[in-house]
Amino acid sequence: MLGAQVRKRVYLTFPQALIKEPVVYNVGKKFKVVTNIRTASVTEEIGIMALEITGEEEEYQKAVEYLRGLGVRVDPIEMDVIE
Amino acid sequence: MEFVDGLHCRECGRKYDVSAIYVCEFCFGPLEVMYRYEEIKEQLTVEELMCRPKTMWRYKELLPLDHEPTVGLEVGFTPLIKARRLAKVMGVKELYIKNDSVNYPTLSFKDRVVSVALSKAKEFGLGVVACASTGNLANSVAALAASADLESYIFIPFDLEQGKILGTLIYGTNLIGVRGSYDDVNRLCSEIAQGLGWGFVNINLRPFYAEGSKTFGFEIAEQMGWNLPQHVVVPMAGGSLITKIWKGFKELEKLGFLNGGTSKIYGAQASGASPITTALKEGEDLIKPQKPRTIAKSLAIGNPADGYYSLKVMRESEGWGEDVSDAEIIQAMKLLAHTEGIFTETAGGVTVGVTQKLIQQGIIPRDESILICITGNGLKTQEAVMGEIGQPVVIEPNINDFRRVANQEISQ
Repeated sequence: MLGAQVRKRVYLTFPQALIKEPVVYNVGKKFKVVTNIRTASVTEEIGIMALEITGEEEEYQKAVEYLRGLGVRVDPIEMDVIE
Repeated sequence: MEFVDGLHCRECGRKYDVSAIYVCEFCFGPLEVMYRYEEIKEQLTVEELMCRPKTMWRYKELLPLDHEPTVGLEVGFTPLIKARRLAKVMGVKELYIKNDSVNYPTLSFKDRVVSVALSKAKEFGLGVVACASTGNLANSVAALAASADLESYIFIPFDLEQGKILGTLIYGTNLIGVRGSYDDVNRLCSEIAQGLGWGFVNINLRPFYAEGSKTFGFEIAEQMGWNLPQHVVVPMAGGSLITKIWKGFKELEKLGFLNGGTSKIYGAQASGASPITTALKEGEDLIKPQKPRTIAKSLAIGNPADGYYSLKVMRESEGWGEDVSDAEIIQAMKLLAHTEGIFTETAGGVTVGVTQKLIQQGIIPRDESILICITGNGLKTQEAVMGEIGQPVVIEPNINDFRRVANQEISQ
């Protein structure tokens, strides 16, 4: 049975070592999620990307864990909301 | 609404009609309220404005409501004082304090932003308002929602100290303790804001909410006789206030309300939660998140939503930023209380401490006008100074004992 689909909006920050890696492509291959890059800025030192990820909650969570495991920072686009 | 020109994306400039949205659907950039300034200029004069009641709503043409405000009608127009005694201690010629520690009704500048957010929530027909907060924002949402007959939900980390819960629970709000870390609470609230059709004041109502901060800047200008102080020191948590004070000054300039002059804007943080000043000092555009560790809880934001835009304001205005340690914060709170009789919360200790530091560093000149923003009340964070301000002198109930103590005090 299919779980509920979620649509998440996150910022990814890539460390220098991962800039040349096809990280987002791999996420789509390894997990049942659709990735949609909205904006990105990549220099020799750092990469920043606004990414939409759609899929089941469990698959989304696995994808985020995978990204974090690689050393990619994953932030919700709202950043910190506890004021 | 008469003068609102929709929402536009701060990054790609795309325009949106007014609704409870907060990010650009295309690039995920934050949305900002725009106005038709030429029309405002034609219809509003300084003279007319100054005849209005002394509340933040005297600037209503520059706030994003369709109709007259319905929540927090008495908020704002807090005192701006000339701080002569503090100026003497700091060795400067002209020093002012804008004092929102006595803002109505919950003693912090948050009453400004929440009044706008809840008035807008009512216009949108939202029956429930919410926020995630451990302090001032929670107090303000709970109090103003109660007064406006809106149901409210406040989310907090489940292990928050009892003292902080009290000032929110008293208003009869639904207080929800979330078992998990700050990051977990942040994530949950983002999800709720997207899915429940509630007015989450600092998430899906954020473009409107944040506009309320401009009134802090408008009042500074008006109370200074429509002249801007040359240097303004602003506390930074998420970074919204500093960007909106700057926007407010720019708007007054566009409308021709200012006599002239410009302000350099300085951002103040606690060293234990200083992602913005760290990026500034390192010459970076990218904010590196921190795990906050400071007594200045109201500024303890590790991953600030408006950090990047705060950097832009400090750079564009040719100001700067600095941070202070917990010990410096307490010293500065005591200094402000001893010299001006103002008991500010820790965030005020941050702005006073940073001002002192920037003067000592020669970054803020001693012979120009300086204004310090005080945004919250010390009675809410008494634990910060407990054990730091001495004890009462206890005497026997006779005049000789009092004389003995009084003589000791005088000789000291």
